[in-house]
Amino acid sequence: MLLILMLIIPLGGAVVISMLDRAPNLRETATLLTAVILFLLNIVLAVDVFDGARPTFEIAGFIPGAPIMLGAEPLGVIFGLIASGLWIVTSVYSIGYMRGKNEANQTRFYTFFSVALACTMGVAYAGNLISLFIFYEALSLSTYPLVTHHNNEAARQGGRTYLGVLLGTSIGLFLFGVLWVWHEAGSVAFVPDGVFGSDANLSLIVPMLALFVFGIGKAGVMPFHRWLPAAMVAPTPVSALLHAVAVVKAGVFSVLKVTTYTFGIDLLAVTPGTDFFLWVAAATILIASIIALRQDNLKRRLAYSTVSQLSYIVLAAMLANSAGIVGGALHIASHAFGKITLFFCAGAIYVAANKTTVSQLKGIGRVMPWTMTFFAIGAISIIGLPPTAGFVSKWYILQGVIDAGQPAIAGVLIISTLLSAAYLMPIVYAAFFQVPEVSGAPSHGEAPLPILIALGASVALTFAMFVFAESALKAAAQITGGI
Amino acid sequence: MEVHGHFNYWIVVVLMMIGFYALIARGNLIKKIVGLNIFQASVFLLFISFGKVSGGSAPIIAEGIQAYSNPLPHVLILTAIVVGVATTALGLALVVRINEAYGTIEENEIAQMDSET
Amino acid sequence: MISQIPALQVVIPLIGAPLCIILRRGALPWLVALLVSWVALAMAATLLSQVADGTVISYAIGGWLAPLGIEYRVDVLNALMVLLVAGTSSIVLPFAYKSVAKEIPEDRHYLFYSGFLLMLTGLLGMAITGDAFNVFVFIEISSLSSYAMIAMGRDRRALSAAFTYLVMGTVGATFFLIGVGLIYAVTGTLNMADLAERLPPIHESRTVLAAFAFISVGILLKLALFPLHLWLPNAYTYAPSVVTAFLAATATKVALYLLLRFGYTVFGADFVFNIVPSSEVLLALALAGVVVASTVAIFQNDVKRLLAYSSVAQVGYIVLGISYANVTGLTASIVHIFNHAATKGALFLVMGCIAYAAGACRLESFAGLGKRMPLTMAAFVIGGLSLIGVPLTAGFVSKWYLVLGALEKGWWPVAVVILASSLLAAVYVWRVVEIAYFRDPPTDGPVLSDPPLALLAPTWILTGACVYFGIETSLSVGFSEQAARFLMGGS
Repeated sequence: MLLILMLIIPLGGAVVISMLDRAPNLRETATLLTAVILFLLNIVLAVDVFDGARPTFEIAGFIPGAPIMLGAEPLGVIFGLIASGLWIVTSVYSIGYMRGKNEANQTRFYTFFSVALACTMGVAYAGNLISLFIFYEALSLSTYPLVTHHNNEAARQGGRTYLGVLLGTSIGLFLFGVLWVWHEAGSVAFVPDGVFGSDANLSLIVPMLALFVFGIGKAGVMPFHRWLPAAMVAPTPVSALLHAVAVVKAGVFSVLKVTTYTFGIDLLAVTPGTDFFLWVAAATILIASIIALRQDNLKRRLAYSTVSQLSYIVLAAMLANSAGIVGGALHIASHAFGKITLFFCAGAIYVAANKTTVSQLKGIGRVMPWTMTFFAIGAISIIGLPPTAGFVSKWYILQGVIDAGQPAIAGVLIISTLLSAAYLMPIVYAAFFQVPEVSGAPSHGEAPLPILIALGASVALTFAMFVFAESALKAAAQITGGI
Repeated sequence: MEVHGHFNYWIVVVLMMIGFYALIARGNLIKKIVGLNIFQASVFLLFISFGKVSGGSAPIIAEGIQAYSNPLPHVLILTAIVVGVATTALGLALVVRINEAYGTIEENEIAQMDSET
Repeated sequence: MISQIPALQVVIPLIGAPLCIILRRGALPWLVALLVSWVALAMAATLLSQVADGTVISYAIGGWLAPLGIEYRVDVLNALMVLLVAGTSSIVLPFAYKSVAKEIPEDRHYLFYSGFLLMLTGLLGMAITGDAFNVFVFIEISSLSSYAMIAMGRDRRALSAAFTYLVMGTVGATFFLIGVGLIYAVTGTLNMADLAERLPPIHESRTVLAAFAFISVGILLKLALFPLHLWLPNAYTYAPSVVTAFLAATATKVALYLLLRFGYTVFGADFVFNIVPSSEVLLALALAGVVVASTVAIFQNDVKRLLAYSSVAQVGYIVLGISYANVTGLTASIVHIFNHAATKGALFLVMGCIAYAAGACRLESFAGLGKRMPLTMAAFVIGGLSLIGVPLTAGFVSKWYLVLGALEKGWWPVAVVILASSLLAAVYVWRVVEIAYFRDPPTDGPVLSDPPLALLAPTWILTGACVYFGIETSLSVGFSEQAARFLMGGS
């Protein structure tokens, strides 16, 4: 019952929001209220699930043997908590941003945002592979109007790439993979040891896994990462929540879920050839970091950073050991907190100072000290230094790499940490220690208050996850051990 | 291979090909309809000649007649002829309307006028 | 009364047609047509409920028993087809009232509805009859009336389209007739059930081979399988909106039913797939049709025409499923017959709404419609997604079974082509969507808005069906699988 509410609440919220076009204050109250209720529901569910409950709910019969159903387990709960929790923060931020920029079509924006959250919840609590695919696809489509919010030529082009890559990979590869699993194993259920059983034909596993790793385009594994920079034409709240949290995390979450519950990590550990995926992920991490170094547009630089960080999680999943899976799950959380902070800052700079490129940011720390301090903390978390969340998750991924006996991959991770410092730290340095090129009194001040509140909240989460690392770890450990 | 024993089939095939040729090769819509008619008529002949039983009489019960030709194909073809007449009538009606709308009943001229608009 | 339903199913629309001409004034003919098709729908539902458990109803027309008289035979497959035809006409006719009033001169309305009922009679008859020659008669009834209906289109090109269709349709029907004549000559019966018994012993006979060739080419012409589809694009483009929606949803589908009926019941799967290499031929033509027609659709500038080419591609999918010659493939085909009928019916009704408001379905007249006609375009988007085969729409379910069937056969490349061609569909659907939502409406034109409820409601009923059958498939897949097993088991 609780599970179906996860879909009904945001969808119902979307209906209410769409009817409140004339009353912006009420509309935004409705958004916030929906977000808070959804988050509370997630907490209630999380308490149950960590106590060992595994509720399921069948929505429709669909294809015989493969119903559309919801089911909760620790990994999904972690993702659900992150997405719904950050939705509250983002809602506060959106109100400041959308009003500050005086955007058009705000009702459509809030409506589809709510629908997109419903789809994200669907992904988080999908009860089997086919349901996962369905909600995944629905998420692509429901975010299309958000990406193309500005309704201009750039939005049309960006939207085309966005939908083209995501639909192309999901229909062409992901769906094919789902069908293949259904054909081989006769089941699309999510079970802890995978559906294949002990007599699986190992030679089929690698091509099948390839269909998922590349077919889940939202995970941004190269060469299917192009949609993410393209989606940066969207307003910043969209980039923040969807392209740092909900959509991309739905991608890596799906990869984690498929490796754990469809293939099973024990099966992958004995399958020859899975190292290939480690190297693909490692290559994506490095190449995307190098591309990020060369981007002058702040949002694009962050987008490539996201591509790189996502592959950490894919890599963690492909390690096929429990430290890796736990590290991957933790990285979903830590990257979410860190990256949303950075995107919020980028948006704050755009709202307050109307600046979009890195080279314009010299000395901006003097005018917007709060924003840039938050930016620095977010950057530290992405790089992976204590005392932030990023350190915790990278620590576990590294441990997984060592458990798997892959020293070369460990080297890649260290290099990429240096690279991420190289593309993020100069921004902080320029903001605080360089002198603005245009002298005279600054034409703008600090970002609007709702934006700063949202930033404060996301930064607090970054620290909290470091401080309460133990409980986060316990939660994540249930994915592999507590079932 | 028996040739003249199957003479009815030869006639059918020749007629059918004549009709089909006219249908495909002629640009004039009326001639196409005529071709269609010949094509259909050949099939009617095919059916009727099936029904003939050698030595059999017309299928009317009468004293002293043992063998009758099969009446069923005749009945079927009666229906098919009605259908054929209806098709021809509708086709000709369309040709009249086409002539009113385009001022021509030549296929290539119609195609040219269509591609211009 | 209940036992007479198989005959009444055909007779009532047949009586309705002249009644429309007698009543001719005002809205009366429309009312007659509407009532008739609703009654037909009720009868079809009754029939389906009677045969759902696998019983076969046999009905002797006029009391003449099977070998001599005409037998109507109803099993799950026919009952489904009858339901599809009657259901579509019941949804389309309420739409017709306003749409026809706008598109056809008032003094011809009664002829329109009379012709419509004849078309309905023909299609219902094709689906329900168990007599091979009777099939020919009903093919011609439905074809002749549809030629006339297409010619009622506003554009003069409707006339040449109707003429082309008349010529090709008649050739197809005559081919069918030749084939029927040949099997009659070797078996001495026209009853399908009898044919099914008498044909297997003489499968190697050259006459039977020739008969099969004539019959299948004749039917393939009617169902517009590539490359025999040339009549279809123009006919669909220039026919009145209601006619296009009805024909697209039913005419090719009933022809597909005939292909299944003759392939599986009359000739038998063993003959069709083992003695004749039908599987390979159908596979090649279907794949070519899917790829070529989808590609051609991308370059169309008239949206109705675009959808017409898409129909050719979708027929390809259905035939593809038949070519697998296994239960999954057959299920996929039958499910797709229904799902595609709902999808294309909905999309062509959207075209009707747009033609009602804007007068044309040219691509440029779609500019800004996303804002001006939000409900209409939302229906288009959902229908379009179903064409692509996005999950939660009917199209996805069909694709699922099609790919699954290909995997069962081990035909990997086919599965790849199916998925790749979905992306072609995405391209042609999205072309329209982008223009509707991203281009500003022309400033000099009239301000358009959503059409009245009489048009929107039927459109949304079919759009809703696309979504419903994408989520809850126990009805569509359940019956289709039953029909597929019935066909395969009956061979």
